[in-house]
Amino acid sequence: MARLEVRNMSKSFSGLRAVQDVSFDVPQGEIVGLIGPNGAGKTTCFNLIAGVYRPDQGEVLFDGKRIDGLRPDEICRAGIGRTFQIVKPFAGLSVLENVIVGALNAKSSVIQARTEAEDVLRKLGLWNKRDQAASALTLPERKRLEVARALATGPSILLLDEVMAGLRPTEMDTMVALFRDLNAKTGLTILLIEHVMRAVMTLSKKIVVLHHGEIIASGTPAEVSRDPAVLESYLGEEAL
Amino acid sequence: MIRHLLDGVPSRGLAMLAILLVLLLIAPYFVGGYLLTVLFLILYFAYVGQAWNIMMGFAGQLSLGHSLYVGLGAYAAAALYVHFGVSPWVGLFASVVISALAGAVIGFLAFRFGVGGVYFAILTIAFAEFARIGFDHFTWVHGSSGFFLPVSNYTQNDLWNLRGSPVMFYYLMLALTVIAFILCHVLLRSRAGYYWLAIRESPEAAQALGINIFKYKMYAVVLSAAMTSLAGVIFAFFYNNLFPEQIFHISRSIELILGPIIGGVGTLFGPIVGAFLLTALAEGMREIMLQLGVELPGVKQVFYGVCLLVVVMFLPDGVWPPLSRLLGLDQKTPDGES
Repeated sequence: MARLEVRNMSKSFSGLRAVQDVSFDVPQGEIVGLIGPNGAGKTTCFNLIAGVYRPDQGEVLFDGKRIDGLRPDEICRAGIGRTFQIVKPFAGLSVLENVIVGALNAKSSVIQARTEAEDVLRKLGLWNKRDQAASALTLPERKRLEVARALATGPSILLLDEVMAGLRPTEMDTMVALFRDLNAKTGLTILLIEHVMRAVMTLSKKIVVLHHGEIIASGTPAEVSRDPAVLESYLGEEAL
Repeated sequence: MIRHLLDGVPSRGLAMLAILLVLLLIAPYFVGGYLLTVLFLILYFAYVGQAWNIMMGFAGQLSLGHSLYVGLGAYAAAALYVHFGVSPWVGLFASVVISALAGAVIGFLAFRFGVGGVYFAILTIAFAEFARIGFDHFTWVHGSSGFFLPVSNYTQNDLWNLRGSPVMFYYLMLALTVIAFILCHVLLRSRAGYYWLAIRESPEAAQALGINIFKYKMYAVVLSAAMTSLAGVIFAFFYNNLFPEQIFHISRSIELILGPIIGGVGTLFGPIVGAFLLTALAEGMREIMLQLGVELPGVKQVFYGVCLLVVVMFLPDGVWPPLSRLLGLDQKTPDGES
């Protein structure tokens, strides 16, 4: 059964069609990649699912229930965690405090939330930075903090918006391994926007390609990377 | 409970806090009437600064109209006392409810319709100004000619009716300040505290992490307003006269936020340190001027301005964060809270 279903979703910003008639499924326990050139509407799709915007048309279903029109906090409490492409750390708080805020979503006390946050920080390799101000982190660390916070909310599906950008290859491999591990061990469903093809191709079971707000292809990584439309608009001939 | 309260507080800080508290407790036995009034004022500003800090320092919502809650609290309790003989201990419930409602209305209008930042601050000023002009024409409390509480020489302190010596008011204010301090300490470590700081730092990220930001901003405003109104009750019974032009005036709102700004916004000790510095320095300067026989109206305002300028330029986080490092109380928490 599909954990997340997007049905004929459209959104315009003062006449500009950012997302048009987009439909796709994210099945339970799978990792799905959302790719496309800059300005294709990937982040808008995320914001529509996460409740930042309300779709002009279409619907979003989570576990069969409509969630479009709900506020971002309601969507998070329903079980959808997200990261921001342009990271938004709580700069004045420590790394640990940042993650505690996320963990409080699922935990009933601050003490439990702290324990959970500490676990997440260990998983994401931010344990040594826990007492630093979030503002003191490097960009790759901030990206990891985004993931840590979202993960701490205890989501059943995680929306990751370009969390690999700016990472060194080894850091990226660590991150890929982490998501695989989470997916395998906890059955966490993941929808990720990613420009780094190496990461997205190895992680995703299914890939959806957006261009000018519309889906131009979807399928397994192998299918998508052979698709003529994808080659022309995004990957380029030389990608193969 | 107590152990939980002290969790993570450096023992050195605790010792200093205890010494400060003892000094404040025995102060009335050593200082004269004038100095006691100064100390009362310091505690008053420390308390309202703490209350304001919940909104601005914790939740990041700038109020420039806190005189509204002082005034509403003062007028409600005073009017109930004068007209119906209701004890301020009962009247304060009316004060708290009225101020909390006023805060809720302002908060609802602002947060429901996405009014934030500077525009929110303007809204708070507007409501304080409505009240100032409205109370000028509110004949039940004698409008602009002022509302007076009956004054006579009291041989005994009447705690129930808050009639008595400055010493009684001093201890009341001290109790309030201590309670507010402990409350804020507890709040900062609670779910609400974490949520407020998150909202202050990034409302979008806070909301994406499941925080109902409307609800928590409302909590901050209502709590801050309710706490501030208690200071208004004491103000009314201490000074025994209320003028809308004074109590609701924007300069009062500014005056009460200078303490936490100079002390350190968002810190627990900032409002207290700021109140000490500002009041002590302002009164000290007035004394010096008096001794020199110079009379310059507005010198206090200029002085406040200079203080603010110096702090903003050289200590943008306020006096407390560097001071706490100096005293060896700095904890790892980077927002200066300790």
